[in-house]
Parts: sequence; C-alpha cells; structure tokens
Amino acid sequence: MSDYQSYMKGSPLEVKVISGRFHLPNSTSIDVFLAHDGYKGLQKALQMGPDAVINEVKNSQLRGRGGAGFNTGLKWSFVPKNIDKPKYVVCNADESEPATCKDRPLMEYDPHQLIEGIVIAGYAIGAHQGYIFIRGEYRYLMEILDRALAEAYSRGYLGKNILGSGFDFDLATHTGAGAYECGEETALLNSLEGLRGYPRVKPPFPAVVGVYGCPTIINNVETLACVPHIILKGAEWYAGLGTPKNGGTRLFCLSGHINRPGVYELPMGFPLRRMIEEVGGGIPGGKNLKSVIPGGSSCPLLTADEIDVPMDFDSLAKIGSMLGSGGVVMIDEDTCMVKVAQRIMKFYAHESCGWCIPCREGTTWLKALLDRFHGGGGSMGDPDTALDISYNILGKSLCPLGDAAAMPTISIVKKFRNEFDEHVRLGECPFESRPVAA
Amino acid sequence: MLSDNLKAKFDQVIARYPVKRSAIVPLLLFAQDEIGYITDEAIEEIARRVEVRPIEVVEDIGYYSMLHRQPVGKYNFQVCTNVSCQLLGGEEILDHCSKRLGIGHKQTTPDGVFSLEEVECLGACCGAPAMQVNYDFYENLTPARIDRLIEEFKANGKA
Repeated sequence: MSDYQSYMKGSPLEVKVISGRFHLPNSTSIDVFLAHDGYKGLQKALQMGPDAVINEVKNSQLRGRGGAGFNTGLKWSFVPKNIDKPKYVVCNADESEPATCKDRPLMEYDPHQLIEGIVIAGYAIGAHQGYIFIRGEYRYLMEILDRALAEAYSRGYLGKNILGSGFDFDLATHTGAGAYECGEETALLNSLEGLRGYPRVKPPFPAVVGVYGCPTIINNVETLACVPHIILKGAEWYAGLGTPKNGGTRLFCLSGHINRPGVYELPMGFPLRRMIEEVGGGIPGGKNLKSVIPGGSSCPLLTADEIDVPMDFDSLAKIGSMLGSGGVVMIDEDTCMVKVAQRIMKFYAHESCGWCIPCREGTTWLKALLDRFHGGGGSMGDPDTALDISYNILGKSLCPLGDAAAMPTISIVKKFRNEFDEHVRLGECPFESRPVAA
Repeated sequence: MLSDNLKAKFDQVIARYPVKRSAIVPLLLFAQDEIGYITDEAIEEIARRVEVRPIEVVEDIGYYSMLHRQPVGKYNFQVCTNVSCQLLGGEEILDHCSKRLGIGHKQTTPDGVFSLEEVECLGACCGAPAMQVNYDFYENLTPARIDRLIEEFKANGKA
C-alpha cells in the first residue's frame, strides 16, 4: 500500500474530480462508490447510445493522460463501426514513466471509477472484452482491482446484459513483468498477446488493427477515470475546467526537491510557478530552483526562467517541451545536471527494447559518454557529440522511446552547457567536489 | 510439482483470453511467486498449457526484468535510483543496503535471506527515496530505517 499521507497531502487549490472519493473510508468498496455517484455515468451512457457517448467525450476536450495528449473521443471514433471482428478496450496501467505515480492512487483508492470508465469506453466502441494491463510491480493494485471486478460482476455492472441494457462486457486484469517499453501502446499489445514487448509499425493504428488483429482502443488509467464524470456532468462542464482544447483537471505528481511532494488534482493550465510555490510549498532549505522536469523524464527540461507557463499540452509544446504524464520534478541549484542527464540515460539504455538500432545503439553510446563525462573523463567536444547522437535517434525509431531518450538529453546539453564545460575544466564533477549539506 | 492452487490459478487465467499464449507472462509471474524462481518444469508446464514450444516461453523470460531463472533471497530489496529518488538520496540508500547486506546488484546473501537489486522507477516518486521488498513498497527511506528493516527481516528470515 502507499502511504496516503505521503501522496495525498491536499491543497486548497485542488479541483477534485477524479480524486474526489479518495478520502472516503473504505473507498474501494462498491457500496461506498454507489453512494457517491458511482456507476451513474454508466447508466446515463447506456441511455445515450454509443455515438452520443463518443461525441460527448470528444467535445469534453479530454486528452490522453498517458502523455501523448491525443483527443480521447477522436481516438474512439477511429474504431471502425461495421466490422466483423471483436473489438477490445485495453486500459494502460503500466505506469512506468519516471516521476509518475498518479495511476497508483487512482487504482488504490477508487478502482470502481476506473472500471466504470472502461465499461463506458467498451460500450462506446462496441467492445465486449477489456483488459487492464498492470505493471508487475503493482501487484497489490491488481489484487484491489480483482476484488473490485468481482464486486462489479456480482452487482451486474459487468458481464451479460449490463443494467438490463442488452450490452455485454467482460473485464479482466493482466500483469506485465517489468518492462518500461510495454507502456508504449503497440508494445503493450504484443506483450498482451504473450510476446516480447516490441513495438509494431504504425499504421495500421491499434484502433483498426490492435490486439489479436482486432480494433482496439488503449487508454491510460487517468484518461478512463475521467470518462464517467464527463458523461454524468457533460462535456461543456468538463471542458470548462481547463483551458481551450485542454479539458478538465489533471493529476500532477510533484517530486524531487519540493517541500510537499504529492499527487495533486489541479485544473489543466494551472501555472507551473504556483504549482511549485503554492501547491508544493517551494524548494526545501530555501534553495533556488535550477530546473524542472515538467511531465516525466521523457520531456525536455525547463530552466528556472521558464516556469511561468500554464501546465497544459499546448502551452508546454509552445515552449519546446511536453506536459507528458504529469510527473513534475523540481531540481535545486546544488544538483549536477550532468548527473541528471546521466541517470536519465541510464534508464533509457536499460529500457530500450533493442528492436530499432538508432535507439538501442544511441542510448548505449550516450550512457557511456555521460558516465565517462560525469566521472571527469570528458572533453570539450563531448557535449556536441551527445547532441549529434541524440539527433540521430530522434524520429528514427518505431516507438517514442528513442525520442524520449534524446529529448531530455538535448535540452540538458543545450540549457546547462556551462556545467558540462565546468566538468572538463575541473576534471571532476563541480558539485561532488564540494560538500553537500545533509 | 506445481501446487493444486497454482494449477487452478493457471486455468482461471488462461480462460480470460481468446488466445492462450496471452497468459504466458502472468503465468510465469505467478509460478515465480510460488516457487521463488522460474524452473525448467514451470516452463514446460506453461508451454504445454498455452500450446507453444518451451523456447517461446524462454524468449519471453529474457525480456521481462522481474522474471528470474535463479532463486533470489527471501527478501528481495529492489531499490529505486531513478531521478526522483536519486535527487533525495536513492543512490545512498542503495549503497547503504549494499554495505549492510554485503552484496551488490543482483546478488544474494549466502544464507539465501536477502537479495539486492537496483531498479528503475517504481512509481513511488512522492515517497522518494523508495524501494520494494518483494511486492511491498517502503517509502521515505533513511539509512536508519533500512537498518531497522534488515534487523526485522533477519529475525523473520531465520525463524
């Protein structure tokens, strides 16, 4: 279990939509869920009809919370309507993007909200089977979900003829076993088919050719958790919570050098500076902020001068970064950015599945370069070599893992070049040669 | 021999999928949970049940970092050193575990009680630095807390 106090510290600035039931005693039980608007979105959806549900989700401006930020309703609308094949809904609960820990509380404290969202998604696209793909490390969450699924079956929210509508839907959990790559949707599909989690060539997109060669939608846990609220309270209400084309709220995971780390539900477009200073309580020890990872380690890093930005997909894209998966990491002035780059690359080199050569070789060489560089063996030409390797990965792999390795590296080399130069000048890390306060 | 419980679980999991081989990774993990690691016998049995060749099961094992072909300790310390944990001392926690247990990355103590592994992000970023011992999360770690945990596990592990 996670420590509720560590994760859910709460802030008066929060707007609670999908985290609204987390604090209730026994919040995972179906009775508590039903007493707090649970499964009412599903009831309404079953009366609206599939096309109206898709339109409602489209108009809500809900965008994929896994990181890509694609309009969810639009994604659903790509599933072919008249096709003689079964269709599938897959919930991506393979939360693995470094600094991201928001799907965990969503499953831990409100599993029925997720189940309700998945059933509505299934109804919208005409699927009769869904899977929740949970990372292997989240075993206790699989147990919570399995109990919730059994409750939902026993009360008629899953199975045959749901709520007398004639709609049948089955849902089961599926576990991964430790592979970041399986969070990428086509690799996830291969993994779900019992294969190694290598990515597939797109197109065809999963909405047309997904699991078992059938139309499949894959949505993140947080995305699906939003759906019942959108159906129940309407697209206009949901869209209005955020900024244009960025509907709703978002779970932001504040971590790193921050006084009040935790998961906070804030409106889309919430200013990053206020998130750090007012929600997170600022940087510990009165230190200055040096850099921010705005949405998981795949995102280009921001400098302390770039934090006057609304946290939504388009605003972050405008300044050359990404909103990503909601993992916001604060990095203080005493941190070596070369070391941050090195640790990030160590991760991607480890997780690259090896299928595409630019990613496999590029991450391996970048890791070797950054290891050597941080250890004091760098030369003045190395930062340019790192950029060169990064640009040769970018856009040259089937899945975004290669880009995810290249982008933070490029941003760190470009924005913190002086720290690289300082390593070469001193022949050692300038931050490790001075004493660090405990 | 696999236990009756595990066999029943296998049947139940395989029935969830239209294509049996989808069950390979879950079955491997459940088998590992019971046996401690993935044995040749488990591979044969899983291959037979999902109707693939054993080599196809072995191919999967090589891909997934949580699947082990060798026994690991009764308490498997999996310490995260990824960026959120690193910023708050994850590497120091890993070093401390290594010194206290006298083992390095992916090693097991001679008595078979402890293993140590440096792992990637566990999704415990707001409770950094964090680790998992088997499937249990331990967060907001300090060297003193590690010492207490080791003593506690030692007492249990030898009982």
